[in-house]
Amino acid sequence: MPCPDLSAPDQSSTDRSSIPEDARDVMSEGDISRALRRIGHEILERNKGSEGLVLLGIPSRGVPLARRLAACIEEVEGTAVPVGELDITLHRDDLRRNPVRTAHRSRIPAGGIDDQVVVLVDDVLYSGRTIRAALDALSELGRPRAVRLAVLVDRGHRELPIRADHVGKNLPTSSAERVHVRVAEVDGLDIVRISGGDAR
Amino acid sequence: MTKHLISSADLSRAEVEDILETAASMHDLQRREVKKVPTLRGRTVINFFFEDSTRTRSSFEIAGKWMSADTINLSAKGSSTSKGESLRDTAMTVDAMAVDALVIRHHASGACHQVAQWVRCSVINAGDGTHEHPTQALLDAYTLRTRLGDLDGKHVVIVGDLTHSRVFRSNVITLKTLGARVTVVAPPTLMPSGIGAWSAADGFATSWDLDPVLDGEGEHGPVDAVMMLRVQRERMSGGYFPTAREYTVGYGLTRDRLERLVARNDDVLVLHPGPMNRGLEIAPEAADSPQSVVLDQVSAGVAVRMAVLYHLLAGEDTPAPMPASATEGAVR
Amino acid sequence: MTRLVIRGARLLGADPADLLVEDGVITEVGSVSAPSDAEVLDADGLVALPGLVDLHVHLREPGREDAETIATGSAAAAAGGFTAVFAMANTSPVTDTAEAAERVLDLGRACGLTEVVPVGAVTKGLEGAELAELGLMARSRAKVRVFSDDGHCVHDARIMRRALEYIKPFGGVVSQHAQDPRLAGREACCHEGEVSGRLGLPGWPGIAEESIVARDVMLARHTGSRIHVAHVSTAGTVEVIRWAKAQGIDVTAEVTPHHLVLTTDLLLGYDPVYKVNPPLRPTEDVEALRAALADGTIDAVATDHAPHARHDKEHAFVDAAFGMLGLETALSVVSDVMVRTGLLDWADVARVMSTAPARIGGLAHQGRELAVGSPAHITLVDPDREVTVDAAASRSRSRNNPWHGRTLHGAVLATVHAGRVTHDVRNGAGTRRELTNATTSGADL
Repeated sequence: MPCPDLSAPDQSSTDRSSIPEDARDVMSEGDISRALRRIGHEILERNKGSEGLVLLGIPSRGVPLARRLAACIEEVEGTAVPVGELDITLHRDDLRRNPVRTAHRSRIPAGGIDDQVVVLVDDVLYSGRTIRAALDALSELGRPRAVRLAVLVDRGHRELPIRADHVGKNLPTSSAERVHVRVAEVDGLDIVRISGGDAR
Repeated sequence: MTKHLISSADLSRAEVEDILETAASMHDLQRREVKKVPTLRGRTVINFFFEDSTRTRSSFEIAGKWMSADTINLSAKGSSTSKGESLRDTAMTVDAMAVDALVIRHHASGACHQVAQWVRCSVINAGDGTHEHPTQALLDAYTLRTRLGDLDGKHVVIVGDLTHSRVFRSNVITLKTLGARVTVVAPPTLMPSGIGAWSAADGFATSWDLDPVLDGEGEHGPVDAVMMLRVQRERMSGGYFPTAREYTVGYGLTRDRLERLVARNDDVLVLHPGPMNRGLEIAPEAADSPQSVVLDQVSAGVAVRMAVLYHLLAGEDTPAPMPASATEGAVR
Repeated sequence: MTRLVIRGARLLGADPADLLVEDGVITEVGSVSAPSDAEVLDADGLVALPGLVDLHVHLREPGREDAETIATGSAAAAAGGFTAVFAMANTSPVTDTAEAAERVLDLGRACGLTEVVPVGAVTKGLEGAELAELGLMARSRAKVRVFSDDGHCVHDARIMRRALEYIKPFGGVVSQHAQDPRLAGREACCHEGEVSGRLGLPGWPGIAEESIVARDVMLARHTGSRIHVAHVSTAGTVEVIRWAKAQGIDVTAEVTPHHLVLTTDLLLGYDPVYKVNPPLRPTEDVEALRAALADGTIDAVATDHAPHARHDKEHAFVDAAFGMLGLETALSVVSDVMVRTGLLDWADVARVMSTAPARIGGLAHQGRELAVGSPAHITLVDPDREVTVDAAASRSRSRNNPWHGRTLHGAVLATVHAGRVTHDVRNGAGTRRELTNATTSGADL
């Protein structure tokens, strides 16, 4: 089973390297916005409304995506949904393989997560280890009634039995390829691109 | 990240800021029902206190346990050092048990520096003689930043027995690293030797006269925080000052001085590393005032020590000293 | 009759000459035709000095034979070019009786590699309270003339005065370890200054030495007696001694090789190898000491050779033992920092490392001119030999050597004590002649 290339910057969150010239677009700004709106509707549909929902974005790009989802939901349902951030650094399983990472504060909404339906939001789902760490982090914060997962891109190659409930785009990739997600709040633009692959 | 934390000077500004950022997330744990993160599970931390200290040791012990590390306390009494074993043999014996970190408090300045030459594990200085106390400086900085925000240009005044204070030595370094302005005040007998050249080289001000400094007169400028250091009564027998009351009148944070400080700036903060001699270096009114953040300091201590353990032990094993440029920005 | 010819040595650095030694006495100087039964020592171009004399060593026997014995210390002395060493009294038991002094004397003679002269304590047990049996020690076979509580200061002015008066009849001298305990206590271990402030080490201010020396020279004047200042370490002390000599006060002084070179900032790494009493000082003091040695204000170099078992140094700095080795490196250090820089020539080295210490210590037969009739105590030096100090390659039992790894210029290649070759490494490192421990026949030469 192919492993994510640990020598390359990891696939989500903190990758700020510039995107290679030969990358091709897979989601435009418009695609992203439509996907998020659809996911917002799916969340409401699955939950039969907005009651008890808490959205937690996984830093860094999962956070603005979670806020946008909350805004969509509020637009549709007319009610505000609590939004927060879940820092998973302390629960990662790869800490010892890299220079130490600074941990940041999680921001859990005032109502907490006990007995709520927590929807974790992230930009890319790949090996599933980030989500596994997020579930561990959550278990120390309380006991949600249910936990669901919404991601903008699912690129396959799961190493753990984790699946997303809501997916913006399914993107089959080879492990030699790299997926680049940029969101306006962090990077100044909205785009999803893919690079590498046969270029090896 | 450096392998040891022996002096506050071991940390670059970026490293200090990373540790304080991590400490903020650790601090949240204190409010939770389950005060545990799994991050240092399987690591072994020995708290080797050659000198008694219940507060610092329990702070480190809690920090280690909340990180899920196995923490063990050793004290000098009853250890082989008290039976005449050399410090080197004592250190290497513990190190041979494959521990990950040694948190050491020792009566001798430089003891941690020396132990670090002999062992393979990480060494954390929990106070060595009158030399340094880096985690104290970090928790003081954390407390200051929580209330004052960024410390660039903020004026911190440290008052007390500087000659015998490791808190002063570490704080000057960390505060300067974070861009703060520091003034230290003490009677001439309690100013460290060579302070003239030292303060000039390291960029902090000194004064024998407390009131002009607190009043912000002239070149001193307004005060954002005052850190009172403990003065031991035993120093009177060494001829450092004649009586407790004379010390208090000259150098204590009396009620009057606090009122004048607050009148100029009611956001001024009062710090004290503890334990306090109420009535000697700090009036009870000052210790209990709204400006006092003494309890915040204690609460910050556990979080900061968790962050230090995390930053030293959680990442990949680093070989002994990495150049600063390699560690800055390596956090991803 | 035993004969030794030393061929082609440059006496005090002058033109080469031969020396004929018969039964331990120099009998011919100049161009010598070697008798057939004579041992020949080729000194081709080596500088010949009168055998070096060290006024201040710690041989640790009796009491701490794990750190050094009189035998190992003598071997180290011979390797350093010393034909006489003064063994300080702070042994266990203290050398404060005639019997103790004679014991040290006999052990030294049994070894036979160098002349071991016992120093007597000034006060009983070095406690500073009552005079030791100074007269009995002086009358003993050890003929003690130098008295010292070294390790401790004779800080009580009245005791110091009595001692200075009491030694006059037998021409004794007190060698004072100047350290006012009220200004620099037992825990003081780092020059009081910026380094001690930063490092949080208990400071040892120069004034603790200077104030005692100032008092002692006045006491010497008042009593009409003789005072010797051990291990001078500060510029201030030099000033006091210079003034005192100008007044005609009978004061002499010594400086260690380490105080001529090593400075207080070496303590920044908390390495106990640099822990010594008095402590290493700043550059200003080092420079003043060199100038004082050159102009004669300081009379002699004395090593204060202080061996320590490894474990006694492997403690936190404040807890570690005070002291450094010095016998084997002394000449090299002086050559490197005083001769190569032109502050001293080899005649001066003979003065400060042989003649003056012999005179101060009352050894009439040591430190003599290399001339017919003088006892054959001779040290042969290669002024250009480059030596990288290796702590492990030492005759001392201990290894607390602050010079380890340093490269020095100038080395002792051979030593002759009472006509016997006690040290010979002329053919390069590791080549040594067998040294026999034949007892010299009783009489001092």
